[in-house]
Amino acid sequence: MSLSRQLDEQGLDRYLDRYGKREMLRLLTCGSVDDGKSTLIGRMLYDSQTVHDDVLRATKKASDRFGTTGEAIDLALLVDGLQAEREQGITIDVAYRYFATERRKFIIADTPGHVQYTRNMATGASNCDLAVILIDARYGVLEQTRRHSFLCALLGIQHFVIAINKMDLVDWSEQRFAEIRDAYGEFASRLQVRDIHFIPMSALSGENVVHRGTSMPWFQGSPLLDHLETVHVASDKNLVDLRFPVQQVVRPNLDFRGYAGTVASGVLRVGDRIAALPSGKQSTVKSIVTFDGPLQDAWAGRAVTITLQDEIDISRGDMLVAPNNAPPLENAVEAMVVWFDGEPLLPGKQYLVKHTTRQTAAAVTDIRYRINVADLHRESATTLKMNEVGRIRIECARPLAVDAYAKNRSCGSFILIDRLTNATVGAGMIVERKTADQATGRRRAAADAGANVRLQNKRQVTPEQRKARLGQTPFVLWITGLPRAGKSSLAYGLEKWLFDHDHHAQVLDGEILRLSINRDLGFSGADRWENQRRAAEIARLNMAQGISTIVALVSPIAFERKQAREIVGGDSFFEVFCDAPLEACERRDNDGLYARARAGEIVGVTGVDAPYEVPDKPELRLDTLGDAATTNLDKVVAMLRTRGLVR
Amino acid sequence: MTKASLSHLEQLEQESIYILREVAAEFEKPVMLYSIGKDSGVMLRLAEKAFAPARIPFKVLHVNTTWKFKEMISFRDRMVRDLGLDFDEWINQEGVKNGINPFDHGTQRYTHVMKTEALKQALDAGKYDAAFGGARRDEEKSRAKERVFSFRDRFHQWDPKNQRPELWNLFNCRVNKGESIRVFPLSNWTELDVWLYILRENLPVVPLYFAKERPVVQRNGTWIMVDDDRLPLQQGEKPQMKMVRFRTLGCYPLTGAIESTADTLPKIIEEMLRSRDSERQGRVIDYDEAGSMEEKKREGYF
Repeated sequence: MSLSRQLDEQGLDRYLDRYGKREMLRLLTCGSVDDGKSTLIGRMLYDSQTVHDDVLRATKKASDRFGTTGEAIDLALLVDGLQAEREQGITIDVAYRYFATERRKFIIADTPGHVQYTRNMATGASNCDLAVILIDARYGVLEQTRRHSFLCALLGIQHFVIAINKMDLVDWSEQRFAEIRDAYGEFASRLQVRDIHFIPMSALSGENVVHRGTSMPWFQGSPLLDHLETVHVASDKNLVDLRFPVQQVVRPNLDFRGYAGTVASGVLRVGDRIAALPSGKQSTVKSIVTFDGPLQDAWAGRAVTITLQDEIDISRGDMLVAPNNAPPLENAVEAMVVWFDGEPLLPGKQYLVKHTTRQTAAAVTDIRYRINVADLHRESATTLKMNEVGRIRIECARPLAVDAYAKNRSCGSFILIDRLTNATVGAGMIVERKTADQATGRRRAAADAGANVRLQNKRQVTPEQRKARLGQTPFVLWITGLPRAGKSSLAYGLEKWLFDHDHHAQVLDGEILRLSINRDLGFSGADRWENQRRAAEIARLNMAQGISTIVALVSPIAFERKQAREIVGGDSFFEVFCDAPLEACERRDNDGLYARARAGEIVGVTGVDAPYEVPDKPELRLDTLGDAATTNLDKVVAMLRTRGLVR
Repeated sequence: MTKASLSHLEQLEQESIYILREVAAEFEKPVMLYSIGKDSGVMLRLAEKAFAPARIPFKVLHVNTTWKFKEMISFRDRMVRDLGLDFDEWINQEGVKNGINPFDHGTQRYTHVMKTEALKQALDAGKYDAAFGGARRDEEKSRAKERVFSFRDRFHQWDPKNQRPELWNLFNCRVNKGESIRVFPLSNWTELDVWLYILRENLPVVPLYFAKERPVVQRNGTWIMVDDDRLPLQQGEKPQMKMVRFRTLGCYPLTGAIESTADTLPKIIEEMLRSRDSERQGRVIDYDEAGSMEEKKREGYF
C-alpha cells in the first residue's frame, strides 16, 4: 500500500505512533558480481515505494548512459554509488541503504562479492541480524556462495535467507530450486546457523521480492520483504549476562561521580550488586541517570550513566558485571580472526587490541590454522594475509574480561590496530575454549605457564607432505553413546578394517586415555570434559601427522562434542552416534557399572544419574541394538568411502 | 520499568550517544561542526544527552560562508545562548577580502573557498583531531559508503580506498599528529527519523523550515529567496511573495525553496511523507554533475 494511502486511512498521528514503535532490522546482502544483488536491492526500494522521483529521474539519466537493461530503468543503478564502480559496473565497498515499511525500519549493508573484499563483508556482517545470500539459479551453489555463507556464520549472523535469483532464466523450475536448496542445505549443516530460509525469485521481474507474482505457484513461502518484516530476531540479544563497559567517568562537580556507558548485554537495575573488572571490587547501583530523568533499569543497548553506593576506583575500560556471573579475566585469548591489512599478520609483533572500551598491547603467539574460505578446510599457516581467516592465540598486556563471541557479540569481539600506521588490521571473535583446569581452578599455574611458550617456526615438514607420503587423507571419527552402547567394539572393528586396507589409524577410548595421559583425571564433570578435550587435542596432532583417530568416548554433552569438533576442525571430524536404548545397555552390563550406579555405590554415571544429550545432527547414526556389528561397521566404511577418505 | 526492546528511533539515539561518548573519551580535542540545520539540531541534543549531567565537553563551531540566511544566524545565536555552548565562528577572511561570492565566481569555486577551504582553516587553527558532522548516509549516493569515522590525512583529504574497516561498535580512534577523523553520529538516520526525533524531543528548528510568505525569484526551476540586497536581480526579475519553505538549509542563493503550506511540524512530516522528491533536490551544488559530491569530499568537503 502506498504511503499516501496509509496516511489517508490512518491519519498522521496514528501513522507516526506506529512508525515510532517500529523495530529495526539490520541485514546484509551478499552475492557475486552478476548475481543481481544491486538489482534486488533496487527492486526492494522501488517496489516498496521508497525511491523519490528526482532520484528516479537521475537514475533514468544514468540508465541511458551506463545501463544494461535497454529501455527499462536499470534498478541496479539506484544503488551503485561511487563513480569508479559505476564505470566498472561493480560495487567496491560496503554501502548502507535505508528504507522502512509499515512494520520495520531496515538498514541494508550492501557488500561486494569478490575474493579480495572479505574484509568488507566482515565489516558489513558484524552488525547485522540477517544475511540475504544470492545464488544465481543457473549456476547454483558456487565457491562464492560458500565463502559468503561461512563469513556470515563466522560473524555470528543467525538468520540466513538464501535468495535463489534469476528463476526466470531457468523457466521458474521447481526442480532446479529444490536441487539448489538441497545442495546448499548439505553444505550449510556445517555452519551452525539457526535459521535458513530459501526463496526462489527474480529481482529483475520482481517475482517474490516484494510481491508474490504468478510464475511460481509451486512456492508456498512468503516473498522476501514479508519474511524480512516478520522474522523474529529479538531473542538473539543476550539479555542474561550483565556487561557494562565503562566508556567515561563523569565528574561534573565534586558531588557527582558517574560512569557513562552502554549496557552491552543483560540488564542493570538500581539496587543490584555489581563487581568492577578487573579489580573485582564490589558495590551497589545507586542510580541510573539520563538526560530524560532517572531510570530503574537499563537493558542491553541503552546508553546511561550510573552512580554507585561506594567510592571505588573505576576508569574507562573497566567492566561492571554481576558478581555471580562474571566473565573470566584472561591475558591469553583464543580467537578467529579476519585479516584486513596489506601487511600480513606477524606472530610476535605488538599490536593494539580494542575490546569493548578497553585498549591494550598484545601479540599473537600462535596461529593455530588458517581456514581456506573457499572450501572451509583448515591449513597450517605461519601468517595470515589480507582477507584471510584463521584461528589465533593472542596474548594481552592487560587482562580482558572476555565472553565467547557465540554467546555475546559485544564482549566477544575485538579489533587489532597496528601501532605504527594506526590501521585497523584485523577483527577477532573470541572462541570459548575453557579447559577443565580453568573450570575447576586447578592446575591454573601450569596452564598459565603455557602462555609463555612461543611457537617457533622450526617445522620443515608440512602436514600436506606427510599426507602425501602416507597416501591417505586423515580424519577423526568421534563415536559417542551411552556406556555399553558398543562404541569400543565398533572402534576396534574399524581399526582392524583400516589396517587391512593400508590406512593408519589410532583408537582412543576411555581405557587407553585414563591409563596413560589422563591418569591425573577423575570423574567429575570438569575432569570428563578435560578427558575429552585432550582426546581431541591428540586427534588434532595425529591429523597433522597424517594419521586418523577413532575416539570412542561417552561424551554426553553436546557442547563438549562441539568443542572437540572445533579443536579438530569441522571438515575432518565425523560424529558417529551409537544409538541404543538405556535398557539394552544395562543388559550388556558385564562389568557391573550400571548395577553399581543403581545401587548408589557410584554417582555420575551417564544414563543413570547424569544426562546424555542425544546428538542433533551426527554424521552417522547407528542402531547398535537392532543391527549387527558387521552391518554397522559396513555403514561407517560406506560413509568414509563416499567422502573419499578410504578406498 | 523500561522495555527490553528498543524502537528504531530509540536505538538510533542510543547508538549515536555511544559514538559521541567514544570520541569525547578517546580524542584529545574534538569539535562539533554546527550548520544550524535540523540535523545539527538533533546532533546537539544528542550531545546534551550523552554528557548529562555534565556540559558538552567540546567546542561547537560554525563555518560561516557569510551567505547564510539571516534567520539562521539569529537562530544560531539563540541556541548558543540557551544551551550555554562553548561556541566559535569561522569565516575565511581571505575569501571575504577577495569578495568571493556564488554569482561572480560560480558555485563550485565559491563553495570551495568559503566552505571547504574555510573548514580546513578552522580545523587547522583549532588543532582539532576529531570533528563531528551531521551528515547522513541516506542524503546522497556517495554518502552511502561513508564510514561513521571518516579518516582524513594531514591535508583533510578523504580517500575512498583507504578507509578503516568499521566492525561492531569498535571504532579505531587513533590518529597521528595532523591527521583527523570526521565523525558522523547520524550516519544511520534518515530524513524522516530526524523529523520524528525533532517532534519527539520538541526541538527548536530554524523558522525557515516552516511555510510562510517569503520574497522569492524563480531560477532554473527552483525558488530562490531574496534574503538581502546582495542577490543580484536579473533583468526583468522581480521578487514575488510566495508561500514557501525549505527542506534543507544552506547558503541562501544556493538553496531552493519549495512551495508549501506546511507551517507546523506534523504538517512538514506529512508533506515529506507524501512528497515524491528527495530533500537534496533543493541543493544546487549536488546537481553540478553526477558524482560531484564524491569529488568535493576528496578535496575535504564535509
